[in-house]
Amino acid sequence: MIETNILIIGAGPVGLFTVFEAGLLKLKCHLIDALPEAGGQLKEIYPKKPIYDIPGYPSVLAGDLVDNLMEQIEPFKPTFTFGERAEIIEKQEDGTFLVTSNKGTLIKTNVIAIAAGLGCFEPRKPPLSNIVDFEDKGVEYIIKDPNFYKGKKVVVAGGGDSALDWTILLAEIAEEVTLVHRRESFRGALDSVDKVVELDKQGKVKLVTNAQIIALNGTDKLEQVVIKHKELGEISKDVDHFIPLFGLSPKLGPIADWELNVTKNAIEVDTLDYSTNVEGIYAIGDINTYPGKLKLILCGFHEGTIMVQSAFKYIYPDKKLSFKYTTVTGIDGL
Amino acid sequence: MDGIVNIKVTDREGVTHEIEAPTDMNMNLMEICKSYELPVEGTCGGMALCASCHMYILSEHNLSKPSDDEEDMLDQAFFVEDNSRLGCQIPITEDLEGLEVKLADVE
Repeated sequence: MIETNILIIGAGPVGLFTVFEAGLLKLKCHLIDALPEAGGQLKEIYPKKPIYDIPGYPSVLAGDLVDNLMEQIEPFKPTFTFGERAEIIEKQEDGTFLVTSNKGTLIKTNVIAIAAGLGCFEPRKPPLSNIVDFEDKGVEYIIKDPNFYKGKKVVVAGGGDSALDWTILLAEIAEEVTLVHRRESFRGALDSVDKVVELDKQGKVKLVTNAQIIALNGTDKLEQVVIKHKELGEISKDVDHFIPLFGLSPKLGPIADWELNVTKNAIEVDTLDYSTNVEGIYAIGDINTYPGKLKLILCGFHEGTIMVQSAFKYIYPDKKLSFKYTTVTGIDGL
Repeated sequence: MDGIVNIKVTDREGVTHEIEAPTDMNMNLMEICKSYELPVEGTCGGMALCASCHMYILSEHNLSKPSDDEEDMLDQAFFVEDNSRLGCQIPITEDLEGLEVKLADVE
């Protein structure tokens, strides 16, 4: 079991900087994030976009800001659980929390800071009414082991790099691969696009553009997809697997079940210390709401800074806390 | 009125809202819908990096063609039609007078 002072749910910029401010107070942090790496939407959605309103940086690429934050918090030795989602929060008799991830990881913590931004990033599911019925019965949103598709008939849908790359790879493994995309051109890397077009010419891949999947059929498992082509109309196709690759989108997920006051997908907090209605649980950054709230990274940095002061007093009610500038004390790592 | 265009936005329940949009505030269609508290998410803030302001253009307005970035993002949306656009990529200008749009369904 992992033990920590502050469990930060979400390893985006605000969660990361909070490690720094907590570290100055000698509080240890563990971070959990559903994504496979730190950075949240800065890494997932816009790593190459410049940000202009980080104080002291006239311009900084989102991805670089995350790298810098990781360097800045390194002395405080944060620990991470990536690729897992915080699922269940239980308050223990001794006042600590026990948090269980969707993969069963247990984390014991004094306080919880929810810095979950927009929520958890999850694969976008096509709006087909019965798609849930076929999940793991022929519909997969993530390819874990390509060899799973050996000798199978597969339909991939999407127009980005992952759809193109997996189509190329599966062409060597699966019995038959069809790539369905809503328009003629692809947004993926040019050489991947050329490769797929070439494989189509060689008959190793069937490329169907100007088309979308509109229905799934099958009894116990997926047996058929219906493709709607702009000119040719509806085409039924027998398949073993359908792999929709439409990127990720954020969902509030289990946060809604934690008995917190939530309005419009955001957690209500007291601006005194960004505490929620549950003692010991705080919410900082884009996930919280209060009168005058602005969803800005720099506001999240402030919120995390104020929050750790309150967390310290919650964890050590009898200890005196004296505020010190880093210019005076430097960085004394954990 | 000067500096104001009238736009009709039909929400997902089929209710049409007549809204007045200022042309001098550097706003776009996603932002004006949000300011009227219509159910448009605009998750990415207007960078054409999500598809949560997906809408259909119902009237015959001559809008600028979608950029590659916008088309790429529409690839990740669902219920995409020929008249699909991302509201965040349509700036509010005088040319939009009388524009009619419908919000696309969400997943």
